[in-house]
Amino acid sequence: MFENIDPSIFLVILPEILLLVLVGLVLLFDILWKGSKGRNLGWLTVAGIGVILIATFILARPGDESRLVWGGMLRHDWLGFIFTIIFLFGAGITALFAMEVPHLGHRGEFYLLMLITTVGMSFMASAADLIMLYLAIETASIPLYILAGFFKTEDKSTESGFKYLLFGALSSAVMLYGFSLLYGFSGTTDIYALAQGLLAGELSLVLLLGPLVFVLVGFGFKISMVPFHFWAPDVYEGAPTPVAGFLSTASKAAGFAVLMRFLLAAFPETMPYWSVTIAILATASMTLGNVLAISQKNIKRLLAYSSIAHAGYALIGVAAATTFGITAAIFYLVVYVITNLAAFGIVAAFSRVANSEEISEYAGLSRRSPGFSWAILITFLSLAGMPPLGGFIAKVLVFAAAMEANLVWLAVVGVINSIFGLYYYLIVLKVVFLYRSEDEGKPFPITRTYNLAFAVLIFGIILLGTVFAPWFAWSGTAALALF
Amino acid sequence: MQFPILSVIVLTPAITGILILLIPGERKSEIRVAALAASAVAMLLSFWVYFSYDISAGGYQFVEKYDWLPSLGISYHLGIDGISAPLVLLTGVVMFTGVLISWGIDDRPREFFALLFILATGVFGVFVALDLFGLFFFYEIAVFPMYLLIAIWGWKVTREYAAMKLTLYLFIGSVIALVGALAIYFKSDLNTFNMLLLEQVNFDPEFQKFWFPFVFFGFAILGGIFPFHNWSPDGHVAAPTAVSMFHAGVLMKLGAFAALRVGIMLLPEGATYHMPWIILLALVNVLYGAFIAMVQTDFKYVIGFSSVSHMGLVLIGFATLNREGLIGAGVQMFSHGIMTALFFAVVGMVYDQVHTREIPKLGGFVKAMPWVAVAFIIGGLVSMGMPGFSGFIAEFPIFMGLWRYQPWIAILAAISIVITASYIIRVTGRVFFGKIPQEFRDHTKDVTVLDKVALVLLCTILIAIGIFPRLMVPLVESGANNILRLLGG
Repeated sequence: MFENIDPSIFLVILPEILLLVLVGLVLLFDILWKGSKGRNLGWLTVAGIGVILIATFILARPGDESRLVWGGMLRHDWLGFIFTIIFLFGAGITALFAMEVPHLGHRGEFYLLMLITTVGMSFMASAADLIMLYLAIETASIPLYILAGFFKTEDKSTESGFKYLLFGALSSAVMLYGFSLLYGFSGTTDIYALAQGLLAGELSLVLLLGPLVFVLVGFGFKISMVPFHFWAPDVYEGAPTPVAGFLSTASKAAGFAVLMRFLLAAFPETMPYWSVTIAILATASMTLGNVLAISQKNIKRLLAYSSIAHAGYALIGVAAATTFGITAAIFYLVVYVITNLAAFGIVAAFSRVANSEEISEYAGLSRRSPGFSWAILITFLSLAGMPPLGGFIAKVLVFAAAMEANLVWLAVVGVINSIFGLYYYLIVLKVVFLYRSEDEGKPFPITRTYNLAFAVLIFGIILLGTVFAPWFAWSGTAALALF
Repeated sequence: MQFPILSVIVLTPAITGILILLIPGERKSEIRVAALAASAVAMLLSFWVYFSYDISAGGYQFVEKYDWLPSLGISYHLGIDGISAPLVLLTGVVMFTGVLISWGIDDRPREFFALLFILATGVFGVFVALDLFGLFFFYEIAVFPMYLLIAIWGWKVTREYAAMKLTLYLFIGSVIALVGALAIYFKSDLNTFNMLLLEQVNFDPEFQKFWFPFVFFGFAILGGIFPFHNWSPDGHVAAPTAVSMFHAGVLMKLGAFAALRVGIMLLPEGATYHMPWIILLALVNVLYGAFIAMVQTDFKYVIGFSSVSHMGLVLIGFATLNREGLIGAGVQMFSHGIMTALFFAVVGMVYDQVHTREIPKLGGFVKAMPWVAVAFIIGGLVSMGMPGFSGFIAEFPIFMGLWRYQPWIAILAAISIVITASYIIRVTGRVFFGKIPQEFRDHTKDVTVLDKVALVLLCTILIAIGIFPRLMVPLVESGANNILRLLGG
């Protein structure tokens, strides 16, 4: 019965298959290595992800033509491919950061859950069917609920996991209701067929806009877009730091992949309506995120609000809804993922030594550990959008996309927001470089895994900010897959 | 292929900055020597570029062009003309003297020089950029190191406030200008950020009128235009000496230069339309800055406000949009840059000895620090526009240009010369002559040899330009002709 199946479709889901193999290996070695050697699971995960990245690059690259595979469940195109690479990269770096964290890095369950989430995200990025999409989102979300509450004995972590679960379940339910309405109106669960029905005039626009709003709730939750952002600061603050980093980067990127595909593939005709909506939501996310970040005392909460704001910047590109706009949004996400992973890595490395997440505790750091302070400087300036770092190019591109789409007001809102952004990032840098503290003389040990991860990320931030042509070309290819 | 000398000038500071960071922090003298060597190289190369620019050929020379992001028409495109060549030289000189004067910095000199050099790369980059994107790229590089330089090594009382104020002002300006630049890019439909091509586009007059203020004021904030000037005295005062020199000497020129290059040269009709009230604002700069300088009791604030006043003359020169005005403004950028660097160096030297800048508490330093006193007097003569000094070569054409535009404005602006003379003479008298106060008498020492080298270099340039205007005026004239061609004159 299988003779009709083209074996190449297995290559399409090669990263997912390999991830599941890795999950099996982690599970196996977790039992075999019980005891003191537990830390090796981290290296196993990192090495495994490295192998998967290489294999994906060589074997699973999509052709020039996008195609639907697995009975229309998945679409094999550059968008899915590039986002899969992003997720794998994020998972690998997160594993490096987590290895040294007590009560986290030695636990096999952590790596297991993170890899399963990555499988889910990877399917999210290429899902072309409502059912598949929902399954992928849930596969990605449920392990994240557990990860956020991983420190069972800490109240904050438990609260974080529970809060994330409640918000997630609710928005997921609303989204599912939206999906069911869409199915009810159109009789199909295929996203691309939905668009054709719309184009042929079989479906009424008004009827579709309602469900679209419901669906946006679910996606908005994933990318922590205002007004579905309330969970982010509390969850980031309570969750183990590497998990918070993973949530704010890979998970958010996955949400964006779905959002862009869904809006552009299923609702091309209603573009004028949702484009304005997204522009308004982008404004709200940027403004609220940046304004609330200013008064934060806890570095993780600051990064949470800043990540809400960054979702807003990336949404500018989506709101432009042109090829250039989507290219800019994808480029923005690539830069953001790398930079924000570095930011959370810094928090993790610092709290490992100083056991604190208060910004004021960072005082005197530039005398205590100059190299680490420069890593902070580069990371935060990239978040603020300063050259020659990735963040600058990313911001210029999204603003340019807004200008190109004649959304001058949105570009102006964006640049004004980047001023607020600069303000609070500079405040952190001021604490690091200017203020004195009694701990200056103490050593500041940074372990090998952190050094490795920082080297990769800082190199990436500078590379994206100086030699940006190849990455821009890639983002462009991914964006073209949607049009 | 010719030797990429501009790239070498632009990148030498940044690469040195990174290398300095690799030296262990406690080996301070090696760090200083490395910094001095790199800045000497950058200065000598900028002298070489300045003197080998071929005036008879004109146009952009030493051009380098490589694709950066071809799909959006972004290229790494450098070149200099008659307006930017003096500014490159200015940056080289101020950087070198700044390093000499910062020899005594003992708190983390490694970080200090690294940040100062990253800043220098940004500044050099803006002056030689021929690509609009590249210009922004370097411009923003010049903004952020300022924050840390002022906040960490600045005057303890106001440094945090002044550093944040300055950074936010400049960043606001640059992002507003960025929006304008993007509008120009998309309107041209050429898919290029190449300013030489964008200059040739005759944008629709309505478009030019609307977008000109965005671009011009976005950059002119850094040039200190009224009413967006008030970051500048605070910033200058709070900054450590070398940074004040860089800041008032070079960075304010960066703003004026970018306003000229992007605002006036890309949107000439917009410039013509908005010219009258820009002249009025700049006139306020000139007079108001001078009056405020007159009543300051803090030595450094006097110089800070005098910068506001003199930068007003630069902006007025540009805004006249005629030949004399442009030549004068071009020379004034250079002359004021060197002069104000000299002033801030002097203030820093005095402050290092006595730890106060209150003019009434000072006096009689001519005996203890004769070199410093002479340098200040030379700077003062430049500032007043005395013939024989570079200030005259710069200011005289500006007033001529202004006269051609509207005689009564020229007369009003010329009042500033009198006010300038009054505050310079007052400060000279109070600080350097008279009786030295008892408390400073015993422990006031003369400055070091390195400081003297810096002072002599700066003074020599000011006098050389004053006596031999041919060293600079024909060069600037060739640049001004290029602008006049765009203005259709």
